[in-house]
Amino acid sequence: MTAAVIVRMAQAPPEAADAHGQGDYVTLLFVLVLSTFIGLGVIARVSRLLHTPLMSLTNAISAIAVVGSILVAGGDFPLEVRVMGAVALFASMTNIVSGFLITDRMLRMFRQAPRERPK
Amino acid sequence: MGGTVVQVAYLAATALFVFSLHWMNSPRTARRGVAAGVVAMTIAVLATWAQPALVRNHLWIIVPILAGFAVGIPLSRVPLTAVPQRTAISHAFGGLAAGLVGTAKYFLWAGEGGGQLTRFRMGALVAEILLGYLTFTGSLMAAGKLQEIKWIPQRPVTYPFQNVVNFGLMGVALTLGVLLVVNPVGAWAAPAFLAIIVLALSFGVLLILPIGGADMPTVISILNSYAGLSAVAMGFVLDNKLLITAGALDGSSGLILSIVMCRAMNRSFTNVLFGAFGQVQSGKAGAEEQVYKQETIEGAAQVLEQASLVVIVPGYGMAVAQAQHRVRELYDQLSRRGITVKFAIHPVAGRMPGHMNVLLAEADVPYAHLVEMDEINPDMPQCDVALVIGANDVVNPAARHDKSTPIYGMPIIAADKARTVLAIKRSKSPGFAGIDNELYFRDQTFMLFGDAKAVVGELVKQLSGAGAGH
Repeated sequence: MTAAVIVRMAQAPPEAADAHGQGDYVTLLFVLVLSTFIGLGVIARVSRLLHTPLMSLTNAISAIAVVGSILVAGGDFPLEVRVMGAVALFASMTNIVSGFLITDRMLRMFRQAPRERPK
Repeated sequence: MGGTVVQVAYLAATALFVFSLHWMNSPRTARRGVAAGVVAMTIAVLATWAQPALVRNHLWIIVPILAGFAVGIPLSRVPLTAVPQRTAISHAFGGLAAGLVGTAKYFLWAGEGGGQLTRFRMGALVAEILLGYLTFTGSLMAAGKLQEIKWIPQRPVTYPFQNVVNFGLMGVALTLGVLLVVNPVGAWAAPAFLAIIVLALSFGVLLILPIGGADMPTVISILNSYAGLSAVAMGFVLDNKLLITAGALDGSSGLILSIVMCRAMNRSFTNVLFGAFGQVQSGKAGAEEQVYKQETIEGAAQVLEQASLVVIVPGYGMAVAQAQHRVRELYDQLSRRGITVKFAIHPVAGRMPGHMNVLLAEADVPYAHLVEMDEINPDMPQCDVALVIGANDVVNPAARHDKSTPIYGMPIIAADKARTVLAIKRSKSPGFAGIDNELYFRDQTFMLFGDAKAVVGELVKQLSGAGAGH
């Protein structure tokens, strides 16, 4: 439903290509569609053994929201805006740190052969 | 740092994220994938931070980052049985970040008179806060259910007109969203925006209330997808391509995992979200009492010793009892006798995708012995003993023929084809789907009641004692 709204907005005339000259949302939609295809292609080949680490790794990757949080927390904005940005930054950073660390911790456990074992 | 440099840095980060996921296709290269992800994220953070025109208050960045490390490091050291909860909390944080950034941006732009709030951007903002806040509360609910927190009901909660209420709330939120897109800065715009936030927060809670434990793998995957999509929406709001690509990678990962989980249960998304699986059935109450055959530890050990192929079917019960290390000792005892031992992994065994694999890997079972359902099923007729450890619905033969059961049509591990079935079960109560398991009443099935860790430990003791006697 939300996707439909976005598509409809994309078809609307670009009434206010704003101050930064941005507003080229067609390009953004291209980026979305193409990266979704790449994502589907890459993820479909991930070993089923690794679905749990995959999920914690993508947790960390989707914490890319850190980029938006930095811009909101660090700008010259009213206090309440910066507080929201700082909390968002904290949440994203927690996901990045715990996501990458736990993924690596789990992956270290996957062994082809056991450590020492009499045959 | 100039705008072009930042864009090039973002492009590099995007490429590294794609490689990161690509390397997850094999356990041999997977750790390289983590390294690529860390490098990509570091590049993205530094490139964003090093824009003096946009980022002025460094203390406001350093403190939250340090706090993130302080909370993130302990969160990464939870026991592996708690990984589903940790994952759900992580989805919640992702949703919260998206929601907060969206809220901040809206009030910032509305305060400037709304010139920045193009229709497209406003649409993206509405999508961002809806997805962000519903993922936040929904994932917290899921984490609470997984952690078995007392005041969050474990069993699915249903009430009359539940779906009507849920869809109604969502409809109101979407209507308000459309109104905002049409007029982002009217007198009623700010209250409408806040109302959407409240609706999304409540919708998240209501959406998870009717979900039972067996559906958690699917629900966690769907929430994973939502967290990714909220990052995508943030990318549209901020006109940032890196957010869109990374969010889309996460979104498609969640989508694929959801599809895998749904197929493994022969159900659809809508059925999982709105079907309230797991209600105890009343229809079969009149059926005649069936009786279990119990087996002693000594007897079970003997049966295992005489086998040449043993297939172990682990389930959530193994995770709850933290029995994976005992199971590995059993595997050692049997392998030492020249018995082939394989593990049959059902995609929805446990509480999240791949849950059993991680637990057994932790116990140092080589991953070559972890076999997927589709690969092991053709071998099941040659199997001497199927040892079911805390798994229930994934081995219930009723899924093949009984149209009245909620698991009808779900692909199962063919434990019933084995010559002998030994089933370890915590109690005599039915599984999460709330149905009796036919397998337990079959002629070749013998039950071992008790905590999985204790029972497997006893078996190991029996086998090692017998080994020493020879």
